[in-house]
Amino acid sequence: MSEFLLEIEGLRKSFGALVATDNVTLNIRTGETHALIGPNGAGKTTLVGQLTGELAPDAGHIRFAGRDITALQTADRARLGLARSFQITSIFPTFTAEENVALAVQATEPHSYRFWQPAETIERLRKPARKLLGDVGLESLGRRIAARMSHGQHRQLEIGMALATTPVMLLLDEPMAGLGMEESRAMSQLLASVKGRYTILLIEHDMDVVFSLADRITVLVGGRIVASGTPDEIRKSREVRIAYLGEDDDEFAGGLDAPG
Amino acid sequence: MRPNLVLRRRGWLLLLLLAVAILLPPWLGTYYVRFATQIAIYGMAALSVDLLLGYTGLITFGQAGLFGVGAYAGGMLIVLGVTNAFVAWPLAILITMLFALAIGALSLRTRGFQFIMVTLAFAQMLYYFAQSLRNWGGDDGFSTQRRNDLGFLSLESHATFYYVVLVLLVLVVWLCHRLVRSEFGMVIRGIRDNERRVAAIGFPPYRYKLVIFVIAGGIAGLAGALMANHAKFVNPAVLSWQLSGEILAMVILGSAGSLIGPVIGAAFFLAFRDVLSDYTEHWMLFFGPLLVARVLLLRDGIWGMLLRATGAGEVPKEPKVDFPEVPKPTAEEKPGAGP
Repeated sequence: MSEFLLEIEGLRKSFGALVATDNVTLNIRTGETHALIGPNGAGKTTLVGQLTGELAPDAGHIRFAGRDITALQTADRARLGLARSFQITSIFPTFTAEENVALAVQATEPHSYRFWQPAETIERLRKPARKLLGDVGLESLGRRIAARMSHGQHRQLEIGMALATTPVMLLLDEPMAGLGMEESRAMSQLLASVKGRYTILLIEHDMDVVFSLADRITVLVGGRIVASGTPDEIRKSREVRIAYLGEDDDEFAGGLDAPG
Repeated sequence: MRPNLVLRRRGWLLLLLLAVAILLPPWLGTYYVRFATQIAIYGMAALSVDLLLGYTGLITFGQAGLFGVGAYAGGMLIVLGVTNAFVAWPLAILITMLFALAIGALSLRTRGFQFIMVTLAFAQMLYYFAQSLRNWGGDDGFSTQRRNDLGFLSLESHATFYYVVLVLLVLVVWLCHRLVRSEFGMVIRGIRDNERRVAAIGFPPYRYKLVIFVIAGGIAGLAGALMANHAKFVNPAVLSWQLSGEILAMVILGSAGSLIGPVIGAAFFLAFRDVLSDYTEHWMLFFGPLLVARVLLLRDGIWGMLLRATGAGEVPKEPKVDFPEVPKPTAEEKPGAGP
């Protein structure tokens, strides 16, 4: 096996005349936290869609742990250990917080064609679910119906569900999106706590988080990779500043706040 | 209110309903025994739709197709001399499940409105196929002359048959109650809530939807076979799209996602039809507005209302149904679309 866990090679996807992913080649090392940044419309979500199997690329290959997964279904990729969180909160609103995570734990079993024993009595699922809720800071909210939780709690629950599938790699699609100050702090602590335990591809607009967590950063503009390197390299790169912001700006030099 | 108390009240309410179902019809007379049998059979069919609509978020408009397959299979088996119910009914269920497997395998590749139309199309195909069965009376259908028997027990008495149907209904409700709370049940309810997320954590939604579709088909098939016994007569009307619609109306009237609601809905639906059709053949003219009123005014159907009125908890909120939720690749592409 190579040093890379996820290998993206010559990936292309277009919608009509719009080329959303333009010949993207990107390798993610095992264990690293790799951030993917770029302005709105750079094609980040489209790229994530192809990595999770919700969108089929027009050309190119995706290899995960040495295996070509380009043609695999979403569920099969998840079973290989590629977990994701969603940019727009995606949970089971009628379930309790604990049931949300327990169902994700259940997904790690070979199958769920078990029709008799009530799921709520199965400690094999409930125990890890309760532990994970604690890990993401929701220990006291296990019995709360998910629809009645706050946006920030939903974001934490998302991460909990992704972790519950015992992943090898996490695809985190804007985990900080829409969070208030207090919630942001909790989330960045949570992200810092999982860093190193998993290989992470982090898509994020919050540059504080990106520059403090990422081992490497890739900049996507107009569907193309314009730069890839360590945070320092990216911060210093004049091309990035010009390409990313369309002008020379102090955004990265200051290493501060998110655009749009 | 304490959860235990709520559960106890719900238990009492169910027991009360069961007592009414056991005692009331015979006291009222044979006509009402037959009427109650009809309610139990349609209630079972409506329950099968509830598994799909209320628990999986699939709107099927073709359940009468499977109900009808069960009715034809059940009726034909009697005529062909398979009179023992212990053989005939499981066989009718099995045949219906095979039809459900074929129909589900194709129709579950579509979603939302398409799924409604495809299930309707399959039911219509079965309807016209039944019409073309010349040996079985074509459009006129056929009479079975008699009912199945339980070996030692004849079912020709309306009361005996009613109690057998009632026992089967209670059994089916109980099995489904276990089913929807099981690990499998969590997956299909997850699909109802958020199919995309179910796939993202590693469950292939299609296969789980197919399994529940086949299970629901089996229940509809049993209901159909019982209907052939009840009426001792089968014709293509048991496969009609009108019946599919009526079954859906029963589920919605009663409370989707509650298992008991659809049976109550069936009772209300049939009672309304029975009473109104004494006065006018245009009874739908009155029933239609009632259904609209239910959707507009009642959050969760008759059963939900009953539960709240007696302090016995509530039906889970109106389930979200399966309208396509595909990733929107261009959402991010639109400036300002992100949070």
